[in-house]
Amino acid sequence: MRKNLNVIAAYSIMMALILMVGIFQSWNIALSIFNLCLISAVMTMGANIQWGYAGLINFGIMGYTALGGLAAVLISVDPVQEAWRAGGFDIIMSLWLIVVMVLVIRFVLKRFEKSKIRTYSIAAIIISGVLLIRFSAEPGIEAIEAVDPAKTGFLGGFGLPIIFSWIVGALFAGGLAFIVGKVALGLRADYLAIATLLISEIVIAIIKHEDWLTRGVKNVIGLKRPAPYEVDLQTTDWFIKLVEKFNSGKLSVIENLADRQAALNQLVIEGSSVFVKLCYSGLFLVVVIILLILTQKALYSPWGRMMRAIRDNEEAANAMGKNVVKQHLLIFILGSAIVGIAGAMLVTQDGLFTPGSYRPMRYTFLIWVMVIVGGSGNNFGAILGGFVVWFLWIEAAPISLFLINFFTSGIPETNALKAHLIESVPYFRFLMMGLGLLFIMRYRPKGILPEKIEIK
Amino acid sequence: MDFVNAIILLLNYIFIPALTYGSQLALGAIFVTLIYGILRFANFATGDMMSFGTMMTILFTWYFQSLGVSLGVLPTALLAIPFGIIFMILYMLLIDKFVFKYYRHQKSPPVQFAMVSIGVMFVTQAVVRIIIGPGDRRFFDGEKFIIKAREFKEMTGLNEGLAIKSTQVLTIFVTIVLVSLLFWFLNKTKTGKSMKAYSDNEDLALLSGIDPKKIVLVTWVIAGILATIGDALYGLDKSFKPFTYFNNMLPIFAAAIVGGIGNPFGAFLGGYVIAFSEILLTYAYKKFFMYVLPESMEPDSLVQLLSTDYKFAVSFSILVIVLIYRPSGIFKGKVL
Repeated sequence: MRKNLNVIAAYSIMMALILMVGIFQSWNIALSIFNLCLISAVMTMGANIQWGYAGLINFGIMGYTALGGLAAVLISVDPVQEAWRAGGFDIIMSLWLIVVMVLVIRFVLKRFEKSKIRTYSIAAIIISGVLLIRFSAEPGIEAIEAVDPAKTGFLGGFGLPIIFSWIVGALFAGGLAFIVGKVALGLRADYLAIATLLISEIVIAIIKHEDWLTRGVKNVIGLKRPAPYEVDLQTTDWFIKLVEKFNSGKLSVIENLADRQAALNQLVIEGSSVFVKLCYSGLFLVVVIILLILTQKALYSPWGRMMRAIRDNEEAANAMGKNVVKQHLLIFILGSAIVGIAGAMLVTQDGLFTPGSYRPMRYTFLIWVMVIVGGSGNNFGAILGGFVVWFLWIEAAPISLFLINFFTSGIPETNALKAHLIESVPYFRFLMMGLGLLFIMRYRPKGILPEKIEIK
Repeated sequence: MDFVNAIILLLNYIFIPALTYGSQLALGAIFVTLIYGILRFANFATGDMMSFGTMMTILFTWYFQSLGVSLGVLPTALLAIPFGIIFMILYMLLIDKFVFKYYRHQKSPPVQFAMVSIGVMFVTQAVVRIIIGPGDRRFFDGEKFIIKAREFKEMTGLNEGLAIKSTQVLTIFVTIVLVSLLFWFLNKTKTGKSMKAYSDNEDLALLSGIDPKKIVLVTWVIAGILATIGDALYGLDKSFKPFTYFNNMLPIFAAAIVGGIGNPFGAFLGGYVIAFSEILLTYAYKKFFMYVLPESMEPDSLVQLLSTDYKFAVSFSILVIVLIYRPSGIFKGKVL
């Protein structure tokens, strides 16, 4: 109990801050911050596994998040039958071509010795394969994108409940991580960072522009929800009764019957959106707790000790007979898969998939700030980092507005400088993040909750 | 005649734009490579530092324009660039003093430097957006074209026009001058040679009495000059938008690594490699083949290898391929 005091204190402060938002701003805002904090926490846990456990730097978090989101679309949207009829055959043929191409390359790699000729022939196979696929898929893609482009124009998905996508998103992200890991894990740390960053940009480019699969920048909206809809709730009897019961004190003060009914309606509308958010919070909390238990178990298992050994001294671990390359690949896949879950959760909560919104600032660098600030190598620290940084990211604008008003209170409203500052309030969050990161790196390089390894 | 038309077409749509874009990338890539070679870290704040320099240039351009100062046919920004450079260097030195210096003395691993540079990136981004806002800014004035497409057609009687923008000529010219000066400096002067020595082997360089403080200072000064000029030219040619500059960091990194990081000459050529491959692979050659091939063989499709949406993806793919097969870059840089 004693040694965990700082953890408990840090989390209590965090919860108190969110509760304060609920009391002073609104419960709606507090809950949406809380939900995104939970999603951020899942992302930071993924990044923390890679960076904190194994010392692998992955600047491609954005790409895995987007793949998780894509999984949500592909699982939950109903299939567009017409599009399948129009171009499904071509697409499936192209997929087969890709499989054949990969098999041929594998065959060449296995069969022949490493030589210049082999390298060039593989390059030739890839280039001709890509051209072939492009030309064979072109008519199918055009046909699919022509099917009712305002509403569909893509193949759709499988029409399954969106919850399944959380697992599928993990599989997608893990699959991509397998390929990226095979290619890039041999690089030195800062090159790995650049390579993963650029690969994630390639992934986003593909998601943005392959309209037949993802609808691209036209976005997919109205995804099915695992939680009830507000509109349905507002007409459900038990929910109205529930709201009435909760607010009976407030309602009984109002004498006039019509006024009371109006007040109740207002409360039901507010309550329904709070209720929906609470449903999401419950789902996300379950995920976070399961992942936390698993990652904690892993951290203190023999495997976790091995990972730390590899992180702290690769050569020694190698000399002890540990397969460093394989373990690096494994942990790269695991961490990315967790990020994939978070991506699917995010799209599930929003109910829409907007490829244009995936930007490295928000989905890669901000997550890294969370990991560093929270405390890399410590799961509780990583989660706390997700909470603190997301909270500041959202509340930075109100805070800086308050500060600007406070410091310029003597200056009239019409002052150009003051007006300009107030206008650029949204950008103070970058300043806050940057300064926060720099200060933490300088004065508390292990983060708010540093890594603490105890041998049990 | 058709053949000449085809050549003009390629010149107009591929060669000149790629040469301009390549020059802009090359200057940025030399910036990255210098920081990497001498200060030994991948600077993720590159793009945003560049936008800071451009922002200062723009502010001074506006100031000069409000005073009524102009260079006639040349853009006023040329007058403002030196002031932009001064502020850029001051900003860089300030950051170096308060941020990077500490980690240099601690001899931190490069990853930690990279993380710190992300902090700098956030701060710089905020500073730029707070001062000038996130919007699109055009600050070009003066004569826009040297040759207009229509005039060229009338002059030569060809079907295809060749348009040359003054910013394009300016970019290429300035780049050549600047890069030649830089190579002269690095290879012939004593300071330049000691910079190279410091980059090759820090301990030996220190033993032979090279002052590391001076090396770091000179590096930031050169980096500031290159970055400000390179991206002020980019801003003149296209337009200034902080977010675009952040994005430009990625092809710049690609250029620096493809050319062999730590090797300025490699970075210079890497810029052109990236620019040309981006444009060559995403250009639709239909019209070109219409001129070159007989009528019966004219292509129906656009004859485009990749859609223009994948422009960035091309340079990143090249980078990934280079990293796998030749991690030291085309022109041997530091071995990874």
